[in-house]
Amino acid sequence: MVAKTVIATDLKAARRVAENLLRKVRAIGCREEVVFAVRLSLEEALSNAIKHGNKHDRSKKITVSAEVAPEATAITVADEGEGFDPRALPDPTTDENLEKPCGRGIMLMRAYMDEVTFNAKGNEVRMVKHRSPAPAGASGSEDGP
Amino acid sequence: MADQAARLRVTRSDDVVVVELADRRILDEETISQIAEELFSLIAASRNHKVVVDFINVTNMSSGALGILITLHKRIREKDGQLRLCNIRPSIYEVFVITRLNEVFTICETREAAVSDLAS
Repeated sequence: MVAKTVIATDLKAARRVAENLLRKVRAIGCREEVVFAVRLSLEEALSNAIKHGNKHDRSKKITVSAEVAPEATAITVADEGEGFDPRALPDPTTDENLEKPCGRGIMLMRAYMDEVTFNAKGNEVRMVKHRSPAPAGASGSEDGP
Repeated sequence: MADQAARLRVTRSDDVVVVELADRRILDEETISQIAEELFSLIAASRNHKVVVDFINVTNMSSGALGILITLHKRIREKDGQLRLCNIRPSIYEVFVITRLNEVFTICETREAAVSDLAS
């Protein structure tokens, strides 16, 4: 089932959405690497929506749709901004960009999630992480709830 | 001598400033901007520009946190100083490797190794 949450452009609201979603990911028994990947990517997507998409305009909304299922976690984050062309982003790992302080968020999302796609306008990102089941007897994590 | 700031635990040892990041998660913009403010004020006010940033508590960090480190590194170098990072757990080190920032920063295994590297 897809759970849809609409929030204001607000850091605290975004944090609550992220924590609720991560609780669900943990509850189905995903491995710590999966939780780490989802947490990082979700944080990057929400940060982009707040900062670059809605440009901190609290009157604009962010919509987070998530399906946490045994086989995969799929999350869509949409903002009300003008969008952007993800293909036009410079590669942050080239020598000339290596010491620039920004521009790594989408790269990290792509590195940690199995699928990352944008809508045509570029104001909505869909990320999918396939579940990697925890080995038998595994419990606890350094990351904690 | 040690002094306590909200997001940083700062210790001075001879001519090396050791900054332990107090947060486990350095992910959201609010946390990141508070850390940046404290770090940059510390560097601006300090006469010592040999700095160790200790990640012992950090379990998660985002691209925004990497941005702070890059800016910090630049500011320290502008003052002819040196920066070392230490106690980075494997999951966080992977973020540095993916972004190639492990080639930009000097990363030491322990705080002692980082301090000793700067003291030498």
